[in-house]
Amino acid sequence: MSNSNRQIWQRLILLTVVTLLLAACERPPMDSVQRGYRGLGMEAVINPRRLADKVETNIPPESLPPVPKDGPKASEIYQNVQILGDLGIAEFTRLMAAITTWVAPEEQGCTYCHDQANFADDSLYTKRVARVMLAMTQRANEDWQAHVGETGVTCYTCHRGQPVPAAVWAKDPGPAHAKGLASAQQNIASPAAAYASLPYDALSPFLDQANEIRVISRSALPQGSRTSIKQTEWTYSLMMHFSDSLGVNCTHCHNSRSFFAWDQSPPERTKAWHAIRQVREMNNVFIDATADILPDTRKGPLGDPLKVNCKTCHQGAYRPLYGASMLKDYPSLARLSGAAKSAKAGNGGTAQ
Amino acid sequence: MAEYQNIFTRIQVRSPAEPGVSLGPGNIFRVGGMRFSYWAGKLGDAQIGPIYLGATGVLSLIFGFIAIEIIGLNMWASVNWDPVQFVRQLPWLALEPPPPEYGLSIPPLHDGGWWLMAGFFLTASILLWWLRTYFRARALGMGTHMAWAFAAAIWLYLVLGFIRPLLMGSWSEAVPFGIFPHLDWTAAFSIRYGNLFYNPFHMLSIAFLYGSTLLFAMHGATILAVSRYGGDREIDQITDRGTASERAALFWRWTMGFNATMESIHRWAWWFAVLTVITGGIGILLTGTVVDNWYLWAVKHGVAPAYPDVNAIPVQDPVAPGVTQ
Repeated sequence: MSNSNRQIWQRLILLTVVTLLLAACERPPMDSVQRGYRGLGMEAVINPRRLADKVETNIPPESLPPVPKDGPKASEIYQNVQILGDLGIAEFTRLMAAITTWVAPEEQGCTYCHDQANFADDSLYTKRVARVMLAMTQRANEDWQAHVGETGVTCYTCHRGQPVPAAVWAKDPGPAHAKGLASAQQNIASPAAAYASLPYDALSPFLDQANEIRVISRSALPQGSRTSIKQTEWTYSLMMHFSDSLGVNCTHCHNSRSFFAWDQSPPERTKAWHAIRQVREMNNVFIDATADILPDTRKGPLGDPLKVNCKTCHQGAYRPLYGASMLKDYPSLARLSGAAKSAKAGNGGTAQ
Repeated sequence: MAEYQNIFTRIQVRSPAEPGVSLGPGNIFRVGGMRFSYWAGKLGDAQIGPIYLGATGVLSLIFGFIAIEIIGLNMWASVNWDPVQFVRQLPWLALEPPPPEYGLSIPPLHDGGWWLMAGFFLTASILLWWLRTYFRARALGMGTHMAWAFAAAIWLYLVLGFIRPLLMGSWSEAVPFGIFPHLDWTAAFSIRYGNLFYNPFHMLSIAFLYGSTLLFAMHGATILAVSRYGGDREIDQITDRGTASERAALFWRWTMGFNATMESIHRWAWWFAVLTVITGGIGILLTGTVVDNWYLWAVKHGVAPAYPDVNAIPVQDPVAPGVTQ
């Protein structure tokens, strides 16, 4: 082999090694945005190329053209309209058409939820679930503004044209392990923990049940706090889920020099605090209510219905759809109405 | 290629294989024969063997093998004995210490007992290896610096896996055996105790660790740079300062006004390395036992500065008293 040939080979090998080593890295330059007092590393690091891709996949569909408000109410024309009965018939039809494009498979259209012969019929499970989902959406917009703000949510925020949103979860029994061994419920490569070796089902204790998330001691010296490092790993795993779902790092909500100190945290942390409670409610009150309706194909391996987490709406964006509000064009989703409203009144109207 | 860029040894001395000094009473034979390896010679001495195993060496290897075996088989069991998953997921797999509810009691094998057993065998193996470094140094008539440096590292290991869990009253406080899991444990440990960066012994440990690498680079560079004047005979030059030693000293006096000597640089390096783990061990030992939140501790003692709040409305804990939810 000639000298120049050998050099070419050496360079090729070097290039291959470097490529393999850096395969998981993103190429510079990155943008960084200062989000706190100077010099503290309180900044968002953004890859402008990835952001451009993500923005493209997060453009909401165009709203259907507005329709006149007058005309008879939906409940006067149709039977069995339990939630949206007070809507004008034109607006009702418009919303139904929108929901069809947001949720139903294209080839099925209206018949994904409705019996073609009798639209008022409740025999299809999808229709009964849709009713729960409508109530959930209205509830989110009316009572959880501390999280969703004026932007609000619609069916599209999660569904994005799919019958089942891309990111849903269910209780995770974990992978098979030898029978004689107690599962540590961690230490496998798990997308739920953003590929850390942290607990792989941190959503069940925190976004379904209401276990204590706070693990950091509130006193300089030991005063009886017995939180274990293992417990900390569960919280840590939940935080990995937040970070992964919103496409942000720790400093989006925390000053990482003191994760627990609220007075140093960005205001987003307050939103996240309400979000945790909202998602819990969505899962406990609304999703669980569909448990008897849903077929097994819409349930997890342990038979619980597919549930909501941060990623269901956010899908990698720090604000779903990068803050585009579809709700303003569909104001009927912004307030509890019909059966959903009377159900809330029956509960004493407690929001949280 | 310029000479200083070469990371490989340029000279391989080949002489008849050197069996070592004759051993006094109480020593056993050396094994493995003697041969030369060209490739070993690229990095170090080309002569391979003979090896002195002795009772401590043999027992240490056996105990170490048992520990690795327990850890590996538990990892393999955690992926249901699937060989493909064992290889694919190896960096994620772990043998976890028992859950907190067992405290310091002996847990069942399947729920942390294997961890305790692996820890016992690994510790026994390491301590036996320590005895070996001590006794082999004595047998060669050397000082025991190596053994005491190793003992410093064992101190940190014992604090993490044994002494601190004892003081905390729970095996669950100890580190899991696993590649990523022990790193996640480290991050969780720091988070739980309010940020280890505010632990002054952690600060010292980092300073000594980085200082060690700096001293190592400075010393290696100095000796290579003056080896053409005989600087590679650095130990001779402690007492018999030649031109290499003088030039090296001049270089550092010119650049920073002060220089180490051929003796002192080795003392600095030894202490920096040893203090890395001694201070680190103290830092871990104090965490959770006498300090529960290092950030708050640092605020209390004026270590952590306060910064202006940039939020128009200060963020408040939603569950703090007086805040409406």
